[in-house]
Order: sequence, then C-alpha cells, then structure tokens
Amino acid sequence: MTSRLEEMAAAGGSPAGAAAIGPLPVEVHDLTVAYGTQPVLWDVDLTLPEGHLIAVVGPNGAGKSTLLKAIVGLVRPITGWVKVYGEPYERRRSWVGYTPQRESVDWDFPTSALDVVTMGLYGRVGWFRRPSRRHREMALACLEKLGIRDLAGRQISQLSGGQQQRVFLARALAQEARLYLMDEPFAGVDATTEKAVLSLLQDLRREGKTVVAVHHDLQTVAEYFDHVVLLNLRLVAAGPVATTFTPENIHRAYGGRPTGLSQAAEALLSRRPPGGGP
Amino acid sequence: MGISYTLENVLLGSSLLGVVAGVVGCFALLRRQSLLGDALAHAALPGVCLAFLLAGSKESLYLLAGAMATGIAGALFVLLVVRWTRVKEDAAIGIVLSVFFAVGIVLLTRIQRLPGGNQSGLDRYLFGQAATIVEEDLMVMAILGGAVLLVVALVYKELKLLCFDRAFGASLGFSMRGLEVLLTCLLVAVVVVGLQTVGVILMVAALITPAAAARQWTDRLGAMVLLAGVLGGASGAIGTILSATAPKLPPGPTIVLVSSAVLVASLLFAPRRGMLWAWLEERALRSRIRRENLLKDLYRVGERERAWDRFVPRPALMGLRGQGALEIERSAGHLVAAGLAERSGDALRLTAAGLAEAAQVVRKHRLWELYLARRLELPTDHVHRDAEAMEHALSEEAVDGIEELLGFPKEDPHGRLIPARRRP
Amino acid sequence: MSSTVVILLVGSFVAASCALVGSFLVLRRLALLGDAISHAVLPGIVVAFLLTGSRAPLPMVLGAGCLGVFTVFLVEVLNRSRRLQEDASIGVVFPALFSVGVILVSSLAAQVDLDTDCVLYGDIAYAPSDVLDVGGVPIGPKALWTTGAALVVDALLVLLLYKELKVVSFDPALASSIGFSPVLVHYLLMAAVSLTVVASFESVGSILVVGMLVVPPATAYLLTERLGVMLLLAVAIGVGSSAAGYAFARWYECSIGGAMAAAAGLAFVASALASPRHGLLARYLKHRRLGARLAGHLVLLHLSGRAAEGERRGLGPRDLEARFRWGRVRTARVLGRLEAQGLIEPAAAGLRITPAGERAVEQAGTAALADRR
Repeated sequence: MTSRLEEMAAAGGSPAGAAAIGPLPVEVHDLTVAYGTQPVLWDVDLTLPEGHLIAVVGPNGAGKSTLLKAIVGLVRPITGWVKVYGEPYERRRSWVGYTPQRESVDWDFPTSALDVVTMGLYGRVGWFRRPSRRHREMALACLEKLGIRDLAGRQISQLSGGQQQRVFLARALAQEARLYLMDEPFAGVDATTEKAVLSLLQDLRREGKTVVAVHHDLQTVAEYFDHVVLLNLRLVAAGPVATTFTPENIHRAYGGRPTGLSQAAEALLSRRPPGGGP
Repeated sequence: MGISYTLENVLLGSSLLGVVAGVVGCFALLRRQSLLGDALAHAALPGVCLAFLLAGSKESLYLLAGAMATGIAGALFVLLVVRWTRVKEDAAIGIVLSVFFAVGIVLLTRIQRLPGGNQSGLDRYLFGQAATIVEEDLMVMAILGGAVLLVVALVYKELKLLCFDRAFGASLGFSMRGLEVLLTCLLVAVVVVGLQTVGVILMVAALITPAAAARQWTDRLGAMVLLAGVLGGASGAIGTILSATAPKLPPGPTIVLVSSAVLVASLLFAPRRGMLWAWLEERALRSRIRRENLLKDLYRVGERERAWDRFVPRPALMGLRGQGALEIERSAGHLVAAGLAERSGDALRLTAAGLAEAAQVVRKHRLWELYLARRLELPTDHVHRDAEAMEHALSEEAVDGIEELLGFPKEDPHGRLIPARRRP
Repeated sequence: MSSTVVILLVGSFVAASCALVGSFLVLRRLALLGDAISHAVLPGIVVAFLLTGSRAPLPMVLGAGCLGVFTVFLVEVLNRSRRLQEDASIGVVFPALFSVGVILVSSLAAQVDLDTDCVLYGDIAYAPSDVLDVGGVPIGPKALWTTGAALVVDALLVLLLYKELKVVSFDPALASSIGFSPVLVHYLLMAAVSLTVVASFESVGSILVVGMLVVPPATAYLLTERLGVMLLLAVAIGVGSSAAGYAFARWYECSIGGAMAAAAGLAFVASALASPRHGLLARYLKHRRLGARLAGHLVLLHLSGRAAEGERRGLGPRDLEARFRWGRVRTARVLGRLEAQGLIEPAAAGLRITPAGERAVEQAGTAALADRR
C-alpha cells in the first residue's frame, strides 16, 4: 500500500506536505466490517494524507458513515485494523474530533447550544470532573467562530436545522483536534450555513488540520474538497480530486448498469447449496 | 365431578384467550405497539373497580364493560400525549400503565375496606383466577372473542395494509386512522377476554409472546396469524392443565411461562431464522475466513521470499493483519489438524497439501478481485448481502468460470501472479 | 419518630431516587425498560429470600440487581439479534421473569413472607413498624435505611457522572469517540435503576415504582429546557406527589403507594395542560393566534393592489366569505380585527386596504423571505 501512499503525498504536494512526513492521520488496512452477516465495508486499504479536506463519497449504503465509525472505534471490524497518526485510536482520542450525523441525536433534549458545544471539551475534562468557566469560554469562542454566539443560551430544539449543524461543528471545533471526521456536515443545511461550514473547513485547512467529511453532493466535491475517497463497499479510488474524481471512477463507484456483476453474482449464488447450512 | 367441570371451563377460557390474543397480538407486534397492549391491560383495572362501585354488583358483564371503557380511555390518553406534547411514546405508555393502574389500586384497596368489599374478589383480575370462571363468564368471553375474530377476518386485508404500508393503504382510500382505532378497540376487547384468565399484569405476554414466536417460523402474515392463534391456544391449554395438576401453580403465570418456552424454542430452532443456526453459520464462516486468510498470508510470505519451505514466526503473521496471537493460534490449530500446515515452536509452514490449498485460496481471491476491479458495479442490495460470503463460498467451478470470463489473466490488479488451476 | 414522618420520609426518598434515575430513562426513551426491570427483579428478590431465609436488605439488593442487569442484557440480545423489535423484546422478557417470580412466591408461600399484593403495590403503611436491628440494637425503620441508601447512591451517581450521563444520553457516538463508554454508563444507570427499584419495592410495589420512575420526570420534561432543572423539578414533583398521595390515602383509606402514583399522574395531566411552553393550552392559544394572524394576512393579500377594483365593484365581506369559506362569524371577526388595527377601511361598495395595510403586506413578504433564508 506504500505505493498509493507515496502517490498521494507526491500528487498532493501541498504546503502541508512537510507535515505528512510523520505518521499519517489515518491508515486503514484490510478492513472488513459487517452488520450481522451483511458486509458494509470490505477489504478496504486506505491512507489519508495530512492537511487536506477529504470528501468521502459513494452511493447510499456504500459504507461511508461506517468508515468514519470504524476509524473512531464505534464499530468493530471483522478483520483489519485502523491507525490514527500511527497508533490505535484509543491512544489518539484527543487528536480527533468526530461529528456524527445531525439526525442521530434527539434535538428535544433539554439542553442549550452552549452546553452541546461544551460537550466537545468533555474528553479533555475527563471522568468525574465538571467543565470549568474556562471551558465555557472556549465553547463560546467556538460558537462565535460559526457566527452563532447569540444563540448560546437557546434551547437546541428551537434552532433551525442549519443552526443545529453549526452548533455541531462548533462542538467539533472545541475539540481542538488535528483530524476532524464529519458525517455529512452539509446535509440539509441552508445557504448561509453552507457558507459558514465551508469557510470553517478552509480555516481548518489553513491551520494544517485534516478534515474527512462524508459528502453527498457530487456537484460540489471538486469545489469544496481537494482530496476524495470513492467508496462502494470496497474502496474504488482515493487521491487528489483532480486525478481521482474522474467520470470513470464516479461511474465505478455509483455503478449504473444493473448488469455484469449482479448477473454473475446471481448465477454464482444460485449454484450454492440451498439453505447454506453450517 | 365439580373439578372436571371447573377445569373444562378454565381450559375453554384460557385456550379461547390464547387464540384471540395470539391473532390480534400479531398486528400489535408488527405495528411495533407491543407495549401499548400492556398499557391497555393495566388501564382496565380502574374500570373494573369503578364498575363495581357504580353498579354495586360483580356481574361480569358490568365489570367487563367498565374495563373496556377505561381501557379505551388509556389508549386515547397515549394517543393524545404523543400527538400533542413532546413526551415520547415510551414514556406515555409508561405513564398510562402506572397511573391508571395506581388509580385502580386506590379503588381496589378502598373497595376491600368497604363492608363486604373483601368478598368482592376483584383482586382476581390482577393475575387472573381461572378457577373462578363460571359458565356465564365463558359465554361473555366466547361472544366477545368470537366477535374479535370475526372482525379480524372481515378487515384482514386492510389490517395487513396498515401494518405493512400505512401511506399506501391511505392512498388506496382506506381510512388508516379508523383502522388504527379499530385495532386499538380489538386490543382492548382481547384484554377484557383475558382479564379472568391471565389478569391485567401478564396480559401483554398473552398478546405478544405467541405472535413473536409465530413470527420466527414464517414470513407470511396469514400463516403468522394462524400460527400465533394455534400457539396461543395451545399454551393456554397446556398452562392450565399444568397448573391444575400441580398444587399452588397459578394458571396465569404458568400460561405465560409455557408460551415463553415456545418462544425461546422458536427463536433458537426455527428454520432459517433460528438463532442457533445463524450462530453456527456465522461461526463457521468466521473461522473459515480466518483460516483462509492465514493460508493466504502464509502463501504471500512465501511468494515474497520465493520459497515456501521456511517457517514463518508468529509475530510476522500477527503484523500482517493486526490479529492477536490467540486468533492466529486457533486458526493455526485448525490448519495443522487438517494437515495443511506444520509447526515448529510458534512458527508455521505450509505442507505440500497446504500449499496447494493456499494457492487455490489465493487464486480465488485474486481472480475475484480482478473481476471486481474490471466490472465493479456492486450496488444492488442483495449482492451486498452475500458479497463477503461469496468470495469464501465460491466453488471451484465458479472460480474457473470467472477465469474464463476474464480471458485467463496472469496477474491480479496489484500485479501479483494468479496461481494456476488445481490439477485433477 | 412518628409513623407519619417515617412514611413521608420513605415516600420522599423513593420519589427522589426514582426521579433522578428515571429522568435519564425518559430522556433516553427507555421508560419501558424501567418498567421491565421493575417487574423482572421479582424472581431475584425471591431467590435471595429463599437462600438467606431473611428479608435482609443486602442479599435482596444483590439478587434484584443481578436480575435487573440480566433483563437489560436479555432485551439487548433479542433486540440485536434482529428477530424482535425492541418493544417486543421488552414485552416478552419481563412477563416471563415476573411469572417466574409470582410462581415462586405462591408455591413457596409457606417459606416466603411475601405475597402477591405486596409485590404489586407494596405497603408503605408497615414501613414504620419494620425495624432494622444491627447486633440486636434497633436502629430505626428498615425502609428508611434502604430507600435512604438508594437515594444516596443515585444522588452520588448523578453528581459524579452528571456530565457523562448527559453526553451519553444526548449523543452516544460522540461520547464513545471521546472515551466515555456508553455501554459502561448504560449499565451503571441500569444497575442504579435496579437498586432503586428493589429498595422502593416493599414500599410502593413493582408497578407503582414505574409510576415514580416515569411520571415525575415526564412532567418535569414538559416544564423546562435545562437538564439540571429537569432533575430538580422531577425530584420536587415526586416528593410533592408522595406527600399529597399520603394525605389522600389517609382520608380515603386506600393504598398509600397507589395514591402516590395517582397523584403524580395528576401532576402530569396538569402540566400537560398548562405548561407555559409545551402545554396543550399554550399550544392551542399559539395555534389560534397564528391562525388569526394568517387569516388577516390572507385578507390583506387579497385586497392588496385591488383598491381600484374594490371601489368599482365593491369587495365586501360576502366576497371574502365566498373565497375563504370561513363562515360569516369568523369572517366578521377577522375583518373586525383588521379594521381595528387600521389596516382596512370601509369603502364605497365594500372594503379597501389602507396604506398601513399595504405596508404590512410588504413587511410580511420580506419577513417570509428572510425566514426561508
């Protein structure tokens, strides 16, 4: 896999290239993840370079969210391993900020926007201790950066979808990570939020951070990101947008003709003994 | 003999309940309203007590009418709370079942302190006391139960739509809201039928457990409903007989335990869905994947060093996939036992047979990978489901077929040699 | 200590500890898991009883705790096997375990000093007379000690792990990624629920425990937007309900535990109706206000730009009535309000929008655009 790694580093050639000499933000080796007996990620080998905005794209059910979850240890792989900056995730927690999908939480929860952002600091606060005033101020500063400081005291169910997304990103920001993993930060947001999210991502890149975001909108991939990971159960392609985000690769990821493999697969499966006993 | 007469009544009553509850329970289960039944059953208690207080008699017709009234009130309460407040359904159900039941307890304890109230026998509605069922009770139950079954038979098609695709049903012009109300009324009616046999507290089991068991055996609603009725009726009968033969075995809980046993058996052993089979299958698949992976790894190491006769130390193998020593040890044990590998200390080497086997595994893997790379159009869901299983489940003929399809390639996408077909 | 004080204290301890752990159950939509635990601990209690031959609190807590955690585990196994939905998993597990408990109680009634009534609704009235001995020295009512201990444990749990419980309840994925194991916190909470249930069990019985676990937190949930406030409110509502329930039960001569849970139910109904933000009343009024404003806008929009036409042909209440199908009374009310605000005025043959009305239409338009943005 080193070849792909070098290829990326070379093709990237970005100001962050120097930083990429150390261990890479994410190395995924031979990763297979299944829910029950249904595989979601299969034999994925992947390395991600430092200091880039990286989009993870692929059709529904391609395992995009699962990839992020596997990186932060939320799902246990059947085979393979993931390393974050050269170490297992557990030792690199404080280097990583993870933002789940906005729909994954209950926005009726009785808490304020500021409180949600403060949650990003809990990892640093540690077990049992309470967040201090300093933490609150840091959280406020993060809300400020996303332009919603005035919403700090607002109950979260009273925020619009875009504002909720910005609260989530402020929370990620509060984690002061080197690597940000964001699950669909652009999903279902208004134009203002989209701009705010984009400028946040660009700020992060300027600071040399790495952002990996699951993205749905193929139109904006090239505009918003500089690297792309095309995923469809297997890794289809990964690399700089210019060379990787090609029509062929997109077609390979998104399929199209329901012929070829599906037919072959059906034929092959029908040869298996029925019932498939133990 | 009086005993056999009582037992006959009890048997009839509890099998009747089993059948009716099993049938209606299927719809509650599929609509994910299992616990609404629990709330409705608990909500029947205050109705029984109120009816007793108001009518001043323990005529079962009045009591059951009271149960029905508060049962429906409880259902309405859940509906209103979920629809109009931010309180979620689980809490709303919890509120109804505990508060209505509490009111029932308040009234019940009050009645017991009234002159003559101690003999009211209302507390038999808590756990049911089938032994007190008399012929008139049975008549009421039979009429009510028969009516429920009749209604289900009449609107079966519509109920099916309600459970399967509410929006589609509505688009066909059926009033889904009306059907929901009807289903709730059916649930309440079942609760009323079961008040005297299993009582309010264990009612939920009579509704849900047979339905859940039936679900394991079939994917068709019709079959599921029939089976749930049969399982429910049988559990009722068997539980009653058991409790009649053993002293101090209350019938309600016994019936519940019988149907729970049926459920456990169904969950474990039902063909296709049974957890035992699935577990065995998954275990076999996993250990096979690990074994094949170890073969692959040993093959690759040999490939790199251009010699397969050297022993590969365990740490080197662990580095390849980040596997633990224990995991490798287990797979290695299998390989050694099958004569595919041999040991020297903690190092491992392929035997001649092992090398041939490994070559086939690698061949399969590389051809498959090449195939996927060349014609990668994976999406459709049912292919996903078997995709992983596929690589490991491909038969040799299928692999040969792929090779032919690809025009007998020499190298995989990473430029590695594809081993040749096995010699016959 | 008079028996009234003991009963009130025990009731308050039960209510407060249930409210603390119950709040997290309600927030995590696990209210019915609490219900399941409260039923399923019964066999654990009975077995502990049989083994030790006494009602000593410690073995009972252990027995019940094991069963509580076992219930959660079973439900999760069934749920994760994807053969049953979560609600069905709960619905099949707890009746089975409860049945085992009931059968044990009734078939071993000779050895076991428990009866099914006590199992169901407890009897807090006996709390003062059941005194705990330590080495032969009476140290006060047993129920006071057990429920007090449960309250201390729950309070400690919530105080120490407030932040962890909050983040796990709100966003388990984040919690896990920053190193707070949701599974660990979940099982800690469930162990606390089991402990609370068993401690409260003898006083209020298995089903009324559910009432105390679910109803006061749900009531508080309707009244506040802050987790801390919700916890405190739930405790207050629980304690208040138990006091009110006790007073009622004394007067009506009925089960004290039942009256306590029923009082909590009353508190819920009251707040569901009258909560300032989430109550039915507030929502109805808001709905009506919005409806009235919308109706006003519709009329203004209709009249806007038609001044000339209105004067020529006369756009009167009849036309509006026909157009919006509001009926005469509602049309008159809407028009009356608009006229009082000076947004419309009577014209030669009907109604006419005033300049102020035109401005209002314009403002509403830009506001709507801003909203969309």
